[in-house]
Amino acid sequence: MSGGVDSSVAAALLSGQGHEVIGLSMQLYDQSGQQSFGSCCTLDDLHDARRVASVLGFPHYILNFERQFAETVIANFVTEYASGRTPIPCAHCNSDLKFSTLLARAQGLGADYVATGHYARVEQAPGGRWLLRRSQDGEKDQSYFLFSLTQDQLARAVFPVGSLTKPAVRAEARRIGLTVADKADSQEICFVPDGDYATFVASRAPSVRAGAVVDTQGQRLATHSGVHRFTVGQRKGLGVSASAPLYVLKIDADSGDVTVGPRTALDRSSLTVSGMNWISREAPGDWASASAQIRHRHQPATGRVRAIDGARAEFEFDAPQSAVTPGQAAVFYDGDIVIGGGWIE
Amino acid sequence: MHRLYLDHNATTPPSAAVVDRMSAVLSQEFGNPSSVHYFGQRAKAVIDQARSEVAALLGADPSEIVFTGGGTEGDNIAIRGVAEALEPTGRKHLVASSIEHEAVLNTLKAFARRGWRTTLVPVDQSGIVAPDALRTAMAEDTALVSIMHANNEIGTIQPIAELATIAREGRAVFHTDAVQSAGKVPIDVKALGVDLLSISAHKFYGPKGVGALWTRRGLRLQPALTGGKQERGRRAGTENVAGIVGMGVAAREAMARMTTEGVRIGALRDRLETSILAHVAGTALNGAREPRVPNTTNISFDRTEAESLLIALDLEGIAVSTGSACSSGTLEPSHVLKAMGLPVHRTQNSIRFSLGAANTDEDIDRVVAMLPAIVEKLRSLTRTPVARRL
Repeated sequence: MSGGVDSSVAAALLSGQGHEVIGLSMQLYDQSGQQSFGSCCTLDDLHDARRVASVLGFPHYILNFERQFAETVIANFVTEYASGRTPIPCAHCNSDLKFSTLLARAQGLGADYVATGHYARVEQAPGGRWLLRRSQDGEKDQSYFLFSLTQDQLARAVFPVGSLTKPAVRAEARRIGLTVADKADSQEICFVPDGDYATFVASRAPSVRAGAVVDTQGQRLATHSGVHRFTVGQRKGLGVSASAPLYVLKIDADSGDVTVGPRTALDRSSLTVSGMNWISREAPGDWASASAQIRHRHQPATGRVRAIDGARAEFEFDAPQSAVTPGQAAVFYDGDIVIGGGWIE
Repeated sequence: MHRLYLDHNATTPPSAAVVDRMSAVLSQEFGNPSSVHYFGQRAKAVIDQARSEVAALLGADPSEIVFTGGGTEGDNIAIRGVAEALEPTGRKHLVASSIEHEAVLNTLKAFARRGWRTTLVPVDQSGIVAPDALRTAMAEDTALVSIMHANNEIGTIQPIAELATIAREGRAVFHTDAVQSAGKVPIDVKALGVDLLSISAHKFYGPKGVGALWTRRGLRLQPALTGGKQERGRRAGTENVAGIVGMGVAAREAMARMTTEGVRIGALRDRLETSILAHVAGTALNGAREPRVPNTTNISFDRTEAESLLIALDLEGIAVSTGSACSSGTLEPSHVLKAMGLPVHRTQNSIRFSLGAANTDEDIDRVVAMLPAIVEKLRSLTRTPVARRL
């Protein structure tokens, strides 16, 4: 329970259905002296969660996951940016914290399932396989951030608001009289509330590589203070003036070179992923048709997918896609069912 | 669910006599004790009565008792009051034990930020301050030494008389936080030889928000609050009349029951402790067995997160605690166990059981019957990593 409207309503729905609910909130960073550190899970948010639990009449506890959060989510975020990739901490938080450490703790307390306020749906297929599907609310769908959940994890996951739209969730919160009904949505990356990732990364990875902005011929156009300041597909803040707009095409963390070029040079006809997690099926040995979503706000593109080996997969687009960004996830769908996904290499 | 309360070092339920008397005072003695008229005189009279009762609990003279807003306030008035009174003399060094309550530790930190030197006296695994360690910590310009009487987390009792003598030899003022010992073990301020001693009503079946500070007559103390002349100018502000009266009743009851309750609760605590150590594998007692307040035991559960164990017990209706909670209510590694030199995992896997008036033999049986299975379940599940892929 983050203290937001989604997890609050998720808890309320389960409680209303007669389930025995234990409210758990995660404290993810040191709250002492931090009045407005994050957009999520601040002291005020934790108090909101506690109030919701109190109104709904079930126990509520705050678990101190500062160390685990730092070791898994934040460490990965910093390493990825420092390596020239663009990470998705929320996906790591889901599979490596919420449905890992938190799930194990909950099971220790006698809980059968962990429910969250995610907009996604979990279903069991006739063969027994657990399926992950997009939520009813396509705009709010978060299945992209849940692609790395294993069968074991999905079997223990419950997403009560996944079959509702956001307006319906807010309406439900108002109906029950929850004070958080009109609370603003949280930002994507809770531990960098001001959105200044570069400063956050630089303060934790002081040796991050500075280098040059170069064109596709290797011609030096400018210098920069660190590869973590760039994302593939980025146009602004390159420190170069040119007649036509330039985009980041490639980031080489070893040399420090950030290659820029015209938008057309961003197009890719295929991609490979590592850390591939197959959900709706076992790894296909042969090509299977699918659509691929390559970032959170991306209209899935059609094509075909196949396994390379146990941990990797490749996807070929029917039409080239712009800005295939290393570190982001490529999640493969069959309609609204998640086939699986992995981290773009 | 029948809920079992084993967290009396956090707070105690006010006794029936306390509630009755406070209720009567709230409705009948509304006068301001500073007022000259009849109503003021009546309020003043009930406060004076309470002052005598609290003084009796400490072997003190009523005129030396200052009523405060609780233990933290008492600690603050004592340390700040002495330090500020002595500041012009050039004494700018403060000493405390490393296992003090945050009320003392953070007050020292506040003075450190103002340029004072501070020294924390170490303790060993017994959780008891060695007199020699205090001797080492003392300096020429030590203004004040603050060492608690009984520790809140492990219950150990410090050799206050001996420590106070060392402070006196160094011409330093000695304060003791007796919040966890008052009402549990006999206290005699003269025998202890201290200069200041703070206590809190809600730790011995009185109300929250009221405490007392005993100060040796003649001690120079800068007032913490500026205002009226209440409490001989040492604690300005209209008195919490009902709270003070409740504290007086609680002090009187504690005096009357201390010996028998100490023996009874001590036996329950010993049985709980012995049973847990015998029946739950991988457990160990934290701190010395003696001298200790009779109601407290603190036990490490190997391969268990204290946080999970506390929650699991609460879900079964058993209220216990770990050392200290941070602002959000989550648990932090205990600074007391850390100061005792225990390995990190033991500072995070320890549970405090603190017993009280309502606890019975059946309560102990229930905990002892339940605990092994709960601990086993936590150990088996929290250590099974969920299959994951990065």
